[in-house]
Parts: sequence; C-alpha cells; structure tokens
Amino acid sequence: MRWLLLVLSLSQFAIAGSAAGAERQVREVTITDPFIELHTGPGSGYPIFFVAERGEQIALLKRRTEWFKVQVARGQEGWVHFEQLTTTLNVDGEPFDLPALGFSDYTARRWEVGALYGDFGGANVIGAYGSRSFTPNLSGEMWVSQALGRFSDSTLVTLDIVHLMYPDWRASPYFTLGGGVIKTEPKATLVATTDRTDSIALAGAGVRMYLTRRFVFRAEYKTHVVFTSRDDNEEVQEWKAGFSFFF
Amino acid sequence: MESRLLVLFLGLTLGVGSLTGCARNRLVQAEDTTQPPVIEPDIERREIEPPRIDTEDFEVGILAGQISVEDFGVNTVTGARFAYHVTEGFFVELAAGKAETELTSFERLSGAAQLLTDSEREYSYYNVSLGYNIFPGEHFIGKNRAMNTQTYVIGGVGKTTFAGDDRFTINFGIGMRFMPLDWLAVHGDIRDHVFDIDLLGQEKTSHNLEATLGVTFFF
Repeated sequence: MRWLLLVLSLSQFAIAGSAAGAERQVREVTITDPFIELHTGPGSGYPIFFVAERGEQIALLKRRTEWFKVQVARGQEGWVHFEQLTTTLNVDGEPFDLPALGFSDYTARRWEVGALYGDFGGANVIGAYGSRSFTPNLSGEMWVSQALGRFSDSTLVTLDIVHLMYPDWRASPYFTLGGGVIKTEPKATLVATTDRTDSIALAGAGVRMYLTRRFVFRAEYKTHVVFTSRDDNEEVQEWKAGFSFFF
Repeated sequence: MESRLLVLFLGLTLGVGSLTGCARNRLVQAEDTTQPPVIEPDIERREIEPPRIDTEDFEVGILAGQISVEDFGVNTVTGARFAYHVTEGFFVELAAGKAETELTSFERLSGAAQLLTDSEREYSYYNVSLGYNIFPGEHFIGKNRAMNTQTYVIGGVGKTTFAGDDRFTINFGIGMRFMPLDWLAVHGDIRDHVFDIDLLGQEKTSHNLEATLGVTFFF
C-alpha cells in the first residue's frame, strides 16, 4: 500500500509539472522548411490535418521522443517530426539549435542505468546497474542481480570497474573487474538447507553499442569466483545482454 | 647668385612647411578617433535565454485488475508501472504488482488441509519489458471529439514471489493506451505471466492471465 501512495504522490508531481508548464513562456521559432506537417499525434501513423508554410512563426509547446507539439499562428496545435524543424530560426534570426540527442551526447555521458538478462550458471538472471563515468575510458558500476534457478535463488550485489577500449567508437569492447556479495536461498521445496551469504569476485568482458537517442545495447560475459565457507571455491559463468540509457 | 640662393631657401621652407603641415593634419585625424562620439549609443546586446522545451518521455502510473493464478483462483491485483519512451515506437517498462490468492478447490473440498501459509499465499511480481506501439490510432467520441490511442505489444522478464519461492517469470501481452490529454493515458492491458512451479509435487509451467486497467501520467 505504501508504494501505491508513493506512486500517487509521484503522479501529483506529474500533474503539478504539467500545470507549471502551462504558465511557462513558450519558445517561438520561424519555419524555414518549405512547409511543415502537423499530425494529430506524436507518431508518423497519425494523420496530417494542417500544414504551415515557410516564414510562419510557431510556438514549440512540448516534446515527446522525436516529435514536437507546436502551435501555429492561427491557433491549431499539432505534432511535427523534428526533421522538419532542424533548420528553423529563433526570434532573433539565429539558427535554432535543436536539442537533438546524438552520438556526441553518448561520448560525453556521466550517468547510465540499464537492465540485462541472461544465464548465471544455469539459472535465469536479471541484472540492473547504475554507472558513473570517471574518464571516457573508465567507469564504476554498481550491480544488483537476481538469479532464479531450479534449486536456489541468488541475489548478487557487486561493485565493478569497467575499462572501455575505444570510447569514440559506436561499438566498443570493454573489460571489467569487480567484487561483492552473493546471497543464496535454496528452494523452499528442498529440505535441510540454509541461506548463506558469501563474498564474490569477478572478471569479465563485453561489448557495448550506441543505438539511438539515449539507448545503448550491451552484452557481456563474466566469470565469478564465490568464496564459500566449504573447502572449495565455486566458479560461476554468466552471460547476459540488455539495454541501457545514459544521462 | 643671390636669387638662386633665395629660390633654394624658399623651396626649402615650402617643403618643410608642407611636410610639417601634413604631419599636423595626420595628428589631428588621430586625435579625432580617440575623441568620444557626439551621441553615445546606449544599446546593450540582449542575452536571450530561450525557454526550455518540456520533454515528456517518461510515464508513471498505477494499475488494478484481475489475475488468474493457476490453481489459486481469480484475484484482485494492484500495481504500478514506470515507462521510458525511447522512440515513437519503442518503450521500456518497469512494472510491479501484487495479489492475495484464494484457496485451491482441493483445499476448499478437503476442509482442513492448507497448502500454503498466509504469507506464502501472497502473489507479487516485478518485471522489465520492452514494448512497441504497433497501431497508432484515434477513437472518435460523438461528433466533435477524437482521442489518440496506441495499441502496443509488450514482453519481458521478471520475478514472481509466490508459494514461498521466487520464480523467474516471462510476461507478454497486448495493451492499449487511450489518451484523453497529451499527458494523461488510460491503459487496458492483457498480460500472461509464465513460470515453472513444483508446489504440487510435479514441476509444471503455470500460465497466469492478468487483465488490468491503469492510469498513467507523462512527464
């Protein structure tokens, strides 16, 4: 119930945010394309219901993905794809620098979050991470992963250092080293087992590729050593792939 | 002789005079440029800070509906969802929900035998899914109003906690987003949650169909 309240209060924020947006001054630009097409919704499938010509002033109200909601001088509001606005001019005649997200934002990223899915020693694993870049090559990552297997479930928390080999390339390999803890809970249907928490160390390699906007694909292999309280250490291999977003 | 000297002298004085005159002229010109202009232009260049454009790529909201938990009846489910729209087509969604499950038919008929404790009977899940808006469209209400809609397919992975264990779960389904306002959406969703369960002695794949209605806000 508590999280429901949290979500409700978050939604309140969203409403307050949009209310504040209504009072805010809007950005006006001049069209330089021969014409722009206003769609009824933010997608190419929505029908075009209005066209505004070169030289007309339009107000940019909001943005959703690659679509801008604009208002033309005669009052109609519609959604325009950003490609038709790339050369528009500001009120002072200067070219309007469209805030498009691109590869340069990717190379300058500081924070990143992502989720990957794969196989952890035969169990299904879902991992989420947050990352902070220190230099273009080096970053630190914190992982929380859950491995759900036939006989036991594990939760891993690790801190990793990642070295990206070619930060200027769209796709680049990387290497990683890290350590943390693993908590293993055997299935309730098995008898006479106890939960245990062990230290874990890992080394791995992977590849990451910039896709579009804030979107990054990554796939990696990690080998883990679990320092158990028994005589032998356990080795676990992990493969996974998924997507991340940078900020 | 004298007259020649005179001519030379006159010539010299003329030459020197014209030279100094030129120099003085140049000096005067130089002084002119350093003097303040008569009218001081009193215009400062305005620094225009353009208003920021509101980006609405995130979506947050709540959902409620019914989930049919295999062998454990149809139960009310409540949950929350958070989505990020990457392109006009693709979005990534994080969702979580929970339900209180009923007794199985066996438990009801036998009277006393209980398969699960009260805490084990609670069904909760979270998942990460990738969705794609396949059919953008419009619904028309009466003569003058149209509402944007998006039909999407969605699928992903997650975890279900039920009957005392965490279970790896695949979910997939179809949903529809009705948008009465740009920043407000009403969702209708049908989702199947699939996981393996060995509670009744033999491992089997359990399908748990969920139908929900939800409200989300874009921000």
